[in-house]
Amino acid sequence: MTDLAFYTLSALAIWSGWRVFRVDSMIRATFALMVSFIAVGGIALLMSAEFIGVATVFMMAVEMMVMALFMVMFMMNPAGLNPMRMVHQYGLSIGAGFAAFVGLTVAVLTTNLPNNPLPAGRDTLRDLGIELLGQSMLIFETAGVTLLATMVGAVVLSSRGGRFGDTNEGAVPPGLHPGGAPAGRKVETGGGHGGHGGHGAHAGHDMIMEDADVKDVDTHQSHDEAETDEPAAANDEHAGHTHHTATSDPTSDKIAPGDPHKTHGTEH
Amino acid sequence: MTLTAILIVSAALFGIGLFGALSQKSFVMLMMGLEMMLNGTLLAAVGFWAYTLEGAPSGQLLAILIMAVMAVELAIGFALVVAVYRKRQADVIEALGTLKQ
Repeated sequence: MTDLAFYTLSALAIWSGWRVFRVDSMIRATFALMVSFIAVGGIALLMSAEFIGVATVFMMAVEMMVMALFMVMFMMNPAGLNPMRMVHQYGLSIGAGFAAFVGLTVAVLTTNLPNNPLPAGRDTLRDLGIELLGQSMLIFETAGVTLLATMVGAVVLSSRGGRFGDTNEGAVPPGLHPGGAPAGRKVETGGGHGGHGGHGAHAGHDMIMEDADVKDVDTHQSHDEAETDEPAAANDEHAGHTHHTATSDPTSDKIAPGDPHKTHGTEH
Repeated sequence: MTLTAILIVSAALFGIGLFGALSQKSFVMLMMGLEMMLNGTLLAAVGFWAYTLEGAPSGQLLAILIMAVMAVELAIGFALVVAVYRKRQADVIEALGTLKQ
């Protein structure tokens, strides 16, 4: 009975895995991959790895839904209405895949595998729980921190500049000299946002974009050259990344006629 | 159901995944190939745990780590797809000739 279930699930896993790269519709490919994963989860259940099997099924169900969503968002031909064959280096790929399969199979068949099967009646779930929160807790927690870093990285990679500026807002280094441009690599500015704020009353809750920041630094630099009696402490505030204090400085409104703050300040 | 049979099935899944990862043009299909390779690896890990370790729980821990790798790969992969698409309107591998434009 177990053997029959195992061979059925194995055939299902391999067949649906092969269908992933052969169907025309990317959505169908996604669901075929999900079927393959669920079959592998079923095999894990047969091997009395309940936690792994069930977790695989749940995780893959969610993951493949996300994947299907991305297919529809980004890829052409999600419905498979016409033939799709987006492949390159096809022969090489078939050869590599087949060579991997044959090589691994030969390695498995020629190796004298150890045989220490799971003792009957062992409570594997309890063992896993004790292991996760006991001996291997560091590994488990490291995986958790890795997932957290992944979340942060995914958000950083996929977000554009939002209400509080670009993703590198606040990571812009201070100038090399007071009032100078930020040190390090020059930030590319898209332009077009203009300067917000300019009045001290509004400066606390203004939306400030990255390119506005760079413009401000240039502006302050120009009027620093014009007015040499500007105190050095104020210069430091301009140069730093504490942008709010720079915009709330009343002198930046009075000087520099081309100041973008002046023109936008009345809108608020 | 023997360890040999399980490992052969996982080798087949790994081979299919390698074929897919090498042959597909679209980023998302390439990631599906990677997932398929990890699928085979997961099956092999669980098989080794069940048949060679006398049920030592650290084998299951390896399988959990493989699942964590899957999640990381998917999340970072999709974030990269979004970033590349936004920057260069590219959704196939051939559109990326250089790392820096």
